[in-house]
Amino acid sequence: MANLQTNSGEPKVNYEYRRKKSAEEMRMQVVTFTMMIFFTVIAFAAVGAGFSKWFILPFVLLLAIVQVIFQLYYFMHMSHKGHEVPQFFMYSGVLVGFVTVLAFLTIIWW
Amino acid sequence: MSTIAHTQKRGFAGTVWDYLTTVDHKKIAILYLLAGGLFFLVGGIEAMMIRIQLAVPNNDFVSAGLFNEIITMHGTTMIFLAAMPLLLGFMNAVMPLQIGARDVAFPFVNALGFWLFFFGGVFLNLSWFLGGAPDAGWTSYASLSLASEGHGIDFYVLGLQISGFGTLMGGINFLVTIINMRAPGMTYMRMPLFTWTTFVASALILFAFPPLTVGLFMMLFDRMFGAGFFDVAMGGNTVIWEHLFWIFGHPEVYILILPAFGIFSEVIPTFSRKRLFGYSSMVFATVLIGFLGFMVWAHHMFTTGLGPVANAIFAVATMAIAVPTGIKIFNWILTMWGGSIQFTVPMLYAIAFIPSFVMGGVTGVMQAAAPADYQFHDSYFIVAHFHYVIVGGVVFGLLAAVHFYWPLMFGTMLSEKLGKVTFVLFLIGFHLTFFIQHFLGLMGMPRRVWTFLPGQGLETGNLISSIGAAFMFVAVIVLLINVVVTQVKNVKVGMDPWKDGRTLEWAIPSPTPFYNFKQLPLVRGLDPFWIEKLEGKTEMTPAEPIGDIHMPNNSFTPFMVSLGLFIGAFGAMYHVDDKGWAIPVLIFGLVVTFGSMLYRSIKDDHGYHIHKEELLDDANKGGTR
Repeated sequence: MANLQTNSGEPKVNYEYRRKKSAEEMRMQVVTFTMMIFFTVIAFAAVGAGFSKWFILPFVLLLAIVQVIFQLYYFMHMSHKGHEVPQFFMYSGVLVGFVTVLAFLTIIWW
Repeated sequence: MSTIAHTQKRGFAGTVWDYLTTVDHKKIAILYLLAGGLFFLVGGIEAMMIRIQLAVPNNDFVSAGLFNEIITMHGTTMIFLAAMPLLLGFMNAVMPLQIGARDVAFPFVNALGFWLFFFGGVFLNLSWFLGGAPDAGWTSYASLSLASEGHGIDFYVLGLQISGFGTLMGGINFLVTIINMRAPGMTYMRMPLFTWTTFVASALILFAFPPLTVGLFMMLFDRMFGAGFFDVAMGGNTVIWEHLFWIFGHPEVYILILPAFGIFSEVIPTFSRKRLFGYSSMVFATVLIGFLGFMVWAHHMFTTGLGPVANAIFAVATMAIAVPTGIKIFNWILTMWGGSIQFTVPMLYAIAFIPSFVMGGVTGVMQAAAPADYQFHDSYFIVAHFHYVIVGGVVFGLLAAVHFYWPLMFGTMLSEKLGKVTFVLFLIGFHLTFFIQHFLGLMGMPRRVWTFLPGQGLETGNLISSIGAAFMFVAVIVLLINVVVTQVKNVKVGMDPWKDGRTLEWAIPSPTPFYNFKQLPLVRGLDPFWIEKLEGKTEMTPAEPIGDIHMPNNSFTPFMVSLGLFIGAFGAMYHVDDKGWAIPVLIFGLVVTFGSMLYRSIKDDHGYHIHKEELLDDANKGGTR
């Protein structure tokens, strides 16, 4: 996987550029990290506040999905170049899994 | 270890040990070919017994119970232990060479995949000698298989579980290889079609085998450890098995047919001396078939009672698959159009494949219409359909590949004359056997029926069908004679034996060096070897200077890991009979497996290097390259 640290043949020329990039990335990581903690707090709060389970379940699941996306894109660097194939396979897997679960929920009678 | 060790003559025991421990993709390919070929013969003998039983009405050649075991084992063996391993064998033999790699990404895992498949297959077939084979059909629907007495279904579940692990490993290995190990210049859109279909088929294996694994585990626990996933009396649901099985089962048939498509996409351009027509649309169609393969499984279950909405959705999705398949058919025809065609044996299979497969495809679209399927379901029409696509597609592809890639794998050329005899006999036998079965089905002959009564208009058709099967049997015998004669004569044919090789695998000296490429080749376009030939060159332009090559060491560990599961499976199975030794055997087997895995993890094995000097020596001695 290509990453920003190794694709430069001339470290001095690109130093400023890489510095700027790293700073940007660091900022995004801090922002997402804060949001993830915030989401976790909301999730606990939602359960603690005693809403109906028809609200809490989908809501917490939604927060979980957003967290997974943050994790993959900002902490595991999937937003960088060179991750197209893993992305393709992950989304294919998600699609196949989703269709399976959907079918089990809809067309299997109990 | 050095090159010297590899050029020494080995005794028989030495050769066997070499193959038991090999991690070389070319040798593993030969192992797959041997084991798959063996199971193909076993499945073929079972097919002959089916046709003998059904040749005349009220026949009692085999009993009804034995007949159920035979049809189950015929289907299971042919799909899991013959067709798929043979294709995996050709993938192993050809794909790394086609992309210019020195081996697959994980040679150790490759060997492990083979041995797991092999032990799973042996376990399944041991059922014949240990109290009866599985008898609930190759689909093994839960309501029937849970009621099946004896250990037949247990053999099915455990055997397929073990061999399924092996297939899954093979699929992942090929994916990693194709993504990461292509030679310099080999972009995705320059990959040969066989590599592309290997890639998509491996992705299908990756996504399709987990549902099977889950289903088999549920079945295992239902039958052996008292669970109730499929047992309605315990609140389970028997239809879950059907869904899980077909979520796996439908992609499975594309796992089989896509590599066959790939083989034909190599054979047809080679012997038409033209580049493949519509390469990019072929790639697109392959990927699209892969995706659609996951959206159509319920068309096997139209009569289960899914309701009109679900049936309609799956019917339309199924019909949509005809579109990319049609693209492929037209592309093959247009590749041949205006080419200077050579009618070699592989090309004959490719030409015969097109109309045969189209017939199977058309009956497929007929069944996709859900209301019509209520009539066709579980009749011989279905039997005719899937034999037309699997024999007319996959088996023709395998036979074409055997002849086409034999020189690559063994350095000798199968006799064209005997090959043509095989082809004619097989083609006639195939259509004689299965064409009439469409009409038997429409006349009401049910699938998997043990025998039939006289005076119902089924006698002639069944007799014709059985005669056709005999033709195919003779054709396979001729093929075996061909193989033996060719290997006894042992006339080496050298590099690029078909003279018109287009892709990298033909640019390698014969026999293929164990490190494949001394220097990785520079790929300058689609059909790289053909491009070099057009410029008057006889070999590829290297992309790197000669340097040390890193090679993996042979290992006996894959064999031991697989053997442990094989032993453990007996323990799991006989545990049901309250045998005192069952649980210790299960534990012992798992200890062997996990112990071998631990040994592999702890022991450092860095492989070895072939040094530059040895490679240069080789070049001086060989001289031909």
